[in-house]
Amino acid sequence: MADTMQFDLVSPERKLLSAQAKSVQIPGSEGDLTAMPNHAATITTLRPGVLTVETDKGTEKFVVTGGFAEIGETVSVLAEKALPAADVDQKTYEALVAEAHEAYKQTKVTFENEPGPVDDAAKLLQDMVAVGTHIGLDPMQPSL
Amino acid sequence: MPNLKDLKNRIASVKSTRKITKAMQMVAAAKLRRAQDAAEASRPYAERFNAVMASLAASVGDSDTAPRLLAGTGKDDVQLLVVLTAERGLCGGFNTNIVKLAKAKIAELKGAGKTVKILTVGKKGREQLKREYSDLFVGHVDLSDVKRLGYGDAQNIAKDILSRFDNGEFDVATIFFAKFNSVISQDPTALQVIPASYETTDESQADAETSQYDYEPDEEAILADLLPRGVATQIFTALLENAASEQGARMSAMDNATRNAGDMIDQLTIEYNRSRQAVITNELIEIISGAEAL
Repeated sequence: MADTMQFDLVSPERKLLSAQAKSVQIPGSEGDLTAMPNHAATITTLRPGVLTVETDKGTEKFVVTGGFAEIGETVSVLAEKALPAADVDQKTYEALVAEAHEAYKQTKVTFENEPGPVDDAAKLLQDMVAVGTHIGLDPMQPSL
Repeated sequence: MPNLKDLKNRIASVKSTRKITKAMQMVAAAKLRRAQDAAEASRPYAERFNAVMASLAASVGDSDTAPRLLAGTGKDDVQLLVVLTAERGLCGGFNTNIVKLAKAKIAELKGAGKTVKILTVGKKGREQLKREYSDLFVGHVDLSDVKRLGYGDAQNIAKDILSRFDNGEFDVATIFFAKFNSVISQDPTALQVIPASYETTDESQADAETSQYDYEPDEEAILADLLPRGVATQIFTALLENAASEQGARMSAMDNATRNAGDMIDQLTIEYNRSRQAVITNELIEIISGAEAL
């Protein structure tokens, strides 16, 4: 049994990581899941969160904002925006939260009487805020 | 015959033009490399994305509940043409070729009795289309302030298009851009983005049948989530291809211009030398005949 699998993390602008991984912890929209070799074939969407990759050389963390993951013989994560966690400082993080907050406010205006999209946007914002605690930054709590 | 001073001025001015075109060529070459790198870097994402979409689309298929972005509105009466061009000229036939393709399409659609709407990205396409079809314009996206194309730019354009689609402003959207083959060849291309058509190759078909994916959440929710992203991704790819094509076209246009300027300088120099020679000969004849007359 193979104990590693091919893992690719790509964003539209570049390829962030392509390596043999032992396990990948993915922030799925329905909850976190960890993909290991021979995982059942799955496609899941992502929520904003921290993606942890365990390779032979150690673990790497990335902040992703959304996208989807395809788990098969290989694992590919196609993130809308992905940054190595070490590169995310308070300022970039605050910009991300502000962006989510803006999106939330806008959805609230556009879909005034539909709770569905508004709740989704609110959840997205909360996830974004939670990312801060995960990577040891001061979580910025926007006023809702 | 032009006098010597005129010729001299002419040569000096062509020389400075050559300097400028040479510089523009070098700048375009440097930018082309960057644009190509960017296009290269975006390819893995687009490829994976399309593969997944193809297998998803194949498995959801033509069921009645398929999202409208995939299945379409069932009509093709109102067509939105999104014309992506450059913000600057001086790049050979690059902008004109894209516009020409778009115009051919407009004529074809109008002939078939469809309503056409135009959305332009990039100043040059707007200028060229505005002359004939100003009544068809529904919008324009200005990218002249953008230094480096980012996914965000594509997302904004996609958002604009999608909100128009949701409002029922059009049935079919097609984007026009130039595909980058090489420095000397760029193909103007039309690509339909809404309803999305993902090529289901035999491979992806087989893929969809053999690998039973688990979907989290369910297939249709994922599809609904991914389709808007697909539009953004396709536009992003098109923008990057366009950027590379623009620089490639500019590079070869400027290369030609530089060479032409060189040829012109050579010709003018010969002419200059000849007339100088003629002037000298004339003067000599005058002196000699003057001396003989004495």
